[in-house]
Amino acid sequence: MSILIDRNTRVVTQGITGKTGQFHTRMCREYASGAECFVAGVNPKKAGESFEGIPIYGSVAEAKRATGANASVIYVPPPFAAAAILEAVEADLDLVICITEGIPVRDMVEVRDRMRKGGHRTVLVGPNCPGVITPDEIKIGIMPGHIHKRGRIGVVSRSGTLTYEAVGQLTELGLGQSSAVGIGGDPVGGLKHKDVLERFMNDPGTDAVIMIGEIGGSDEEAAAQWYATECSNRKPVVGFIAGVTAPPGKRMGHAGAIISGGKGTAQEKLEVMDACGIKVTRNPAEMGRLLKSVL
Amino acid sequence: MKIHEYQAKEILRRFGVATPRGEPCFSVEEAVRAAERLGGSRWVVKAQIHAGGRGKGGGVKLARSRDEVRTLAGQILGMQLRTHQTGPEGRKVRRLLIEEGADIVSELYVGMVVDRGTQKVALMASSEGGMDIEEVAARTPEKIHKVFVDPQAGLTGAEADEVARRIGVPEGSVPQARGVLQGLYRAFWESDASLAEINPLVLTAEGRVVALDAKMNFDDNALFRHADIVAMRDLDEEDPAEIEASQFDLSYISLDGNIGCLVNGAGLAMATMDTIKLYGAEPANFLDVGGGATTEKVTEAFKIMLRNARVKGILVNIFGGIMRCDTIAEGVVAAAREVKLHVPLVVRMKGTNENIGRKILADSGLPIISADNMGEAAQKIVAAVSGQ
Repeated sequence: MSILIDRNTRVVTQGITGKTGQFHTRMCREYASGAECFVAGVNPKKAGESFEGIPIYGSVAEAKRATGANASVIYVPPPFAAAAILEAVEADLDLVICITEGIPVRDMVEVRDRMRKGGHRTVLVGPNCPGVITPDEIKIGIMPGHIHKRGRIGVVSRSGTLTYEAVGQLTELGLGQSSAVGIGGDPVGGLKHKDVLERFMNDPGTDAVIMIGEIGGSDEEAAAQWYATECSNRKPVVGFIAGVTAPPGKRMGHAGAIISGGKGTAQEKLEVMDACGIKVTRNPAEMGRLLKSVL
Repeated sequence: MKIHEYQAKEILRRFGVATPRGEPCFSVEEAVRAAERLGGSRWVVKAQIHAGGRGKGGGVKLARSRDEVRTLAGQILGMQLRTHQTGPEGRKVRRLLIEEGADIVSELYVGMVVDRGTQKVALMASSEGGMDIEEVAARTPEKIHKVFVDPQAGLTGAEADEVARRIGVPEGSVPQARGVLQGLYRAFWESDASLAEINPLVLTAEGRVVALDAKMNFDDNALFRHADIVAMRDLDEEDPAEIEASQFDLSYISLDGNIGCLVNGAGLAMATMDTIKLYGAEPANFLDVGGGATTEKVTEAFKIMLRNARVKGILVNIFGGIMRCDTIAEGVVAAAREVKLHVPLVVRMKGTNENIGRKILADSGLPIISADNMGEAAQKIVAAVSGQ
């Protein structure tokens, strides 16, 4: 079992004809069942053409009608990415994963507002994220497939390479992953830590979870509090928060990595998580071993 | 991106927010002439730097004559202004704002940010203006009033009026306050701000509602659609190393420690810094080389780090996912040769072709220390710089 995606997911790629889209579509197709999963691309100017055998359609809705695609992945450049998300949402897909980095926050505020008011059921992951992988079944995004291993540990993180670090440690310890979800570092986006944690808690294929956070915001605290008070099917969760050394007010590359006024510091997040029954480590080299210790 | 107070006030005026009349000045003579043009009998001489706490640091003074304007402008221009946001070295004052004085009856606070929780713009307002608002929020949270603005409707007149009354704006001034709040919101939204603050917003003896100070920061991701705001950028206020790094698409931030770090990915970069601290040392910088660590980028990154005289050692931590470790190793070796590296270098590489990468490092003849994992890498570099 897994969360969000599996070998039956059918993916339309928005931005398939750009350099990034082409490269990662190739990598995703080569991974596990990718050849069956990646069924369509979208580019209004190239409808009717194909990319290495993947048919290109003029819109997401057309691609869905023609191929039965139920998920999309977006590599569209930042100025056009918000419109791409809305197009996928309005085509009523189950899942949209937006990889694009650098989307204006205002655009995302508008996207989220329209998703809420339109009563859409589509689940959004990202933007500015590495994507989602269910090892040995399907990889949607830019993560390196080969470091993953099929198994029963869930991974959720805001950061790309730090997610790979955690996955790499687990795989080295012989612990495979059910799914690994990069939710992205932007201030406004789709799924939050709590949403992913809830899916892992309800997934019979997941035994324990590594939750990786960063300074800024209060998503990790919200997830921890949900885990402590509302979660009915509690499995072990361990955590790490990056940014103990980050000075206040400085932006550390990620839009997410910004602290404001005492709230959202690594220290505060670690304390809340610990109080909510999530074992935390201050040493990112120990994430895998800490997880192993709670099994 | 940050801008100066006088620039933020220019933007706010465009959206109908009242501010004191004033002029930016780059010299003492300009300051005196500005005071003459403004007229009146009292002027405020304000240092323009990209940091808060200017008043406490001695960068904001009241002048009661033109001679005093001359004296104060002479004192403030060129001073190293130290505030809680500048660090101990302070910031050199290169620009002034000369403004007419105001008759202040009371000082209020209004600010806006994007709230992550509700995914809307949050208006925060308080009767306790002029102070550190975070302190007010911590001690007396009931004195902070919040409105989460509907993105389609914008800040409505009714919402603005209610906030104005709650923070103590007298009935006669409520329509003016509404204009200020709605103007602030439109300025925030239409210019893609990430922060907009008026602190203090003052009520004057004549019942006017005036932005006495203003601060605006902008979403870097949206600057492509705001050429007018990009033109306000003041490179003197930014760290030259950070500017140089951005030209090579590197994300770099100077810190106070002595171990340079070169990492791919912001999260892993922060985690690497944290690990260095965990083993008893401090990072000299944050440096994210991003997805493509080419030889050119790695070389530039080394040069930028080594220009910092405090750097006593460098830690490279790369999780080569799609990027191959042999490519990274070649980049590191070429960079170390080009900059004639004179401090210890620890390299930790993980991912595709890591064994080939390690062999390249070992065969280079350079004194590069290899590490298997992040913990070991941090331990080794901390030991190397402390001479163990």
